[in-house]
Amino acid sequence: MSVQELEKPRSPKPAGFGPVGWLRWGWRTLTSMRTALILLFLLALGSVPGSVVPQRGVEPDKVAAIYEQDPALAEWYDRFQLFEVFTSTWFAAVYLLLFTSLIGCIVPRTATYLRELRRKPPAAPKRPSRLPHSATFDGDLTVEQAARRLRRMRFRVATGDGWVSAEKGFLRETGNLFFHVALLGILVAIGAGSLFGYRGNVLVVEDDGFANTVAAYDRFMPGSQVSAESLEPFSFQLADLKVSYQVTGDRKGQVLDYSARLKVNDSPEAPARDYELKVNEPLDVGGTQTYLIGNGYAPVFRVTDGKGQVAFEGPVPCLIEDKATMTSGCVVKAPDAQPEQLGFLLRFLPTSVPLTDGSHVSAFPGELNPEVQLLGAFSGDLGVRSGRPQSVYELAPPEVMKKLNPLLMASDTPKPLAVGQSVDLPGGVGKIEFTGVKEWITLQTAYDPGRLPALVAGGTAVVAIALSLMIRRRRVFVRIEGGKVEVGGLTRTEGSAAGFAEEFADIVKDLSAGEKDVR
Amino acid sequence: MSAEQLAELSDLFVVAAVLLYVVAMVGFAIELAFGRARPGVAARSAGGALGARKPVAVGAPAGDGAPGRDAVTGLPGDHVDAGGDATAPASGGDVAAAGDDGAPPSRAAVRAGTAALALAWLGWAANLGAIATRGLAVDRWPWGNMYEFVVAICFAAVTAFLVTQLRANVRFLGSFVMVTVALGLGLAVKAFYTTAGPVVPALDSYWIAIHVSAAIVASGLFTIAGVSGVLYLLRGDGLSRLPARADLERVAHRAIVFAFPVWTFAVIAGALWADRAWGRYWGWDPKEVWAFITWVAYAAYLHARVTAGWRGRSATIVQLVAFGCLLFNLIGVNIFFEGLHSYADVD
Repeated sequence: MSVQELEKPRSPKPAGFGPVGWLRWGWRTLTSMRTALILLFLLALGSVPGSVVPQRGVEPDKVAAIYEQDPALAEWYDRFQLFEVFTSTWFAAVYLLLFTSLIGCIVPRTATYLRELRRKPPAAPKRPSRLPHSATFDGDLTVEQAARRLRRMRFRVATGDGWVSAEKGFLRETGNLFFHVALLGILVAIGAGSLFGYRGNVLVVEDDGFANTVAAYDRFMPGSQVSAESLEPFSFQLADLKVSYQVTGDRKGQVLDYSARLKVNDSPEAPARDYELKVNEPLDVGGTQTYLIGNGYAPVFRVTDGKGQVAFEGPVPCLIEDKATMTSGCVVKAPDAQPEQLGFLLRFLPTSVPLTDGSHVSAFPGELNPEVQLLGAFSGDLGVRSGRPQSVYELAPPEVMKKLNPLLMASDTPKPLAVGQSVDLPGGVGKIEFTGVKEWITLQTAYDPGRLPALVAGGTAVVAIALSLMIRRRRVFVRIEGGKVEVGGLTRTEGSAAGFAEEFADIVKDLSAGEKDVR
Repeated sequence: MSAEQLAELSDLFVVAAVLLYVVAMVGFAIELAFGRARPGVAARSAGGALGARKPVAVGAPAGDGAPGRDAVTGLPGDHVDAGGDATAPASGGDVAAAGDDGAPPSRAAVRAGTAALALAWLGWAANLGAIATRGLAVDRWPWGNMYEFVVAICFAAVTAFLVTQLRANVRFLGSFVMVTVALGLGLAVKAFYTTAGPVVPALDSYWIAIHVSAAIVASGLFTIAGVSGVLYLLRGDGLSRLPARADLERVAHRAIVFAFPVWTFAVIAGALWADRAWGRYWGWDPKEVWAFITWVAYAAYLHARVTAGWRGRSATIVQLVAFGCLLFNLIGVNIFFEGLHSYADVD
């Protein structure tokens, strides 16, 4: 498994040896470069479906969509674990085999390397001038001088009767070994992170808070070794979200910056501190990171029922329908309304402008002229108390929707509501009032104890691979006979001769420099 | 100058760079066409333009150390042994211009090559100017979308070629590098053009300078390797006016040896940025998947090159597959997949 390894003898044919022989053959085959190469190809090939088929951990909604549209296909995908390629058994098989092969390769190589480190450079050949790089000059250079000068150039030096041999470039193999060990390190770090770490998503509306407990998350993805008590006990309140947009030019409406002002309590006892949460600047509390990953609008509504009582009041986070204008769809449910439950479908327009046909659209994602369009008002049992889980972004499942009694449709209220305006429902069953606008943010909280180890291993890998590919092993031999000095050099790394020619020339220059050079 | 003027100037610079690259391509092509045909395998040079300024005899096989095991001679179906050709001194790694093979090349051809080189430098300057003015116009690092990214990669590829040319004669690659970057810039202008403007907040980070720059440098070097690889496969083993296989192989290998650590760094820097921006350092986003595939494929090339039976042609094919993955990651992933890296701004 290395860049230097050259032809390895083919594994002998497993003909007629016992179990031990088979094992040995298997091990040799597994650790051969050819097998490693094939495993590398398989690893690359196996990753491809991970980008083509939506992954559960990345895009769960798309996975769900495939199940809905083509259950048979989804079934087959699932059978081959294509929805979770990178945690699938077959993918694990490939990389575990690859890493076994790697270990089988680096362990003996480390042993060889350590032996070589302790060995002296070999004796100089009879005629160094026959080496790929050579030079001959006359001078009174002695063996000791030559050895000293080569040592000064950080060569490992051995001397003998009339010869000096020197060697350099062991960092190449050091880099190679460290690189492969670092890859193992990355794998272990990722594994540890997925066992002991967790991730969670949560949506927070302005003026609301969040406390880091399992129950507070909208979606919580713990590693298998995570317990509810191990969560860092911090909490915060979202004081304000500021989003700035480009207002002119071709890119009008593009987001320029997000900034969420938080009041953070690092622990229940700790005093609140202010923190400005931005994209690329997560909140860090004791190694648990909180990231700003999305935002949207949460218009505030008040629903009054037929008896004149407030059946619902508060901000409603709306789903973004069009990112460019932040046109959002909202659902208001008032299951407490009397005599009948009420439900509303609305569209939020942050910058509402009328079109010539009388309809309204949002022209800009910023909140310049917020209005809400009533798309439908319904009465009847919303099924909230049926015990079946319901989405907050959907008024009711289709079968329940059919049974609801439509009170108003979009055509009944063509003019959208501005803040403070309300619509009365027919028959005196109640009214809905648009009272204000808040914003929401989605946050991802992540705790991954493998982060730092992975970083260290990754950094090591980069440095080590650079050493391994840039440094060349080279040897220089000097033979001195009666005032005639023969210098020969060679590199043991193919393809690196160009640079060595220069270095060799410098070495020869240094060796032939004569007495004045000796310090 | 206002931002709009700077942006317009940048667009003009790109057009100028394309034109200069095209003319340089013609010049390099003339040099190749009127130079001497070269045998398929042996790498020769005019006696160490680079190593021999010191009193050292560099007359030796091209692949030092282990003649016969060098990639040069390890090719299947080799008939000429570079090491055995003692009359043609070769300072290893130092590759020859078309005309240097013994018989004096046509004067005009050499002159065309020299002029082409000067034009390539001019084109390089225009390319640099395009990037710089774009950066000034938008007041950020000018690689925030696919258009800017491709322009920068072309610049990196030309830089890699010209810097190599300073150290060793690789003029034989000139026309092929020039046609590639001219096409690359043309594609950027035609298909990916994005008017100068700000980027989404996620890209507004100092990490763009680290992660994307590394990716650009690596991609530029990989492009040089890819061009060499394609030529390697196009050219047979026999006499041809195309550059010698051994030279192509060596250029490709050197480029990848430099690019691979840089690519590794780019991927890891990307992971660091992802950790800052998205809350995880690795999440198998399509871009990440393909960066990983590319990385594995180039690792496979480095291993294939030292595996018996895989050197030469097979290794070159692996290299080109890896380059294909790189291109797919650069262009295909932005177009076909939706992911966190969808910043291409391509309509």
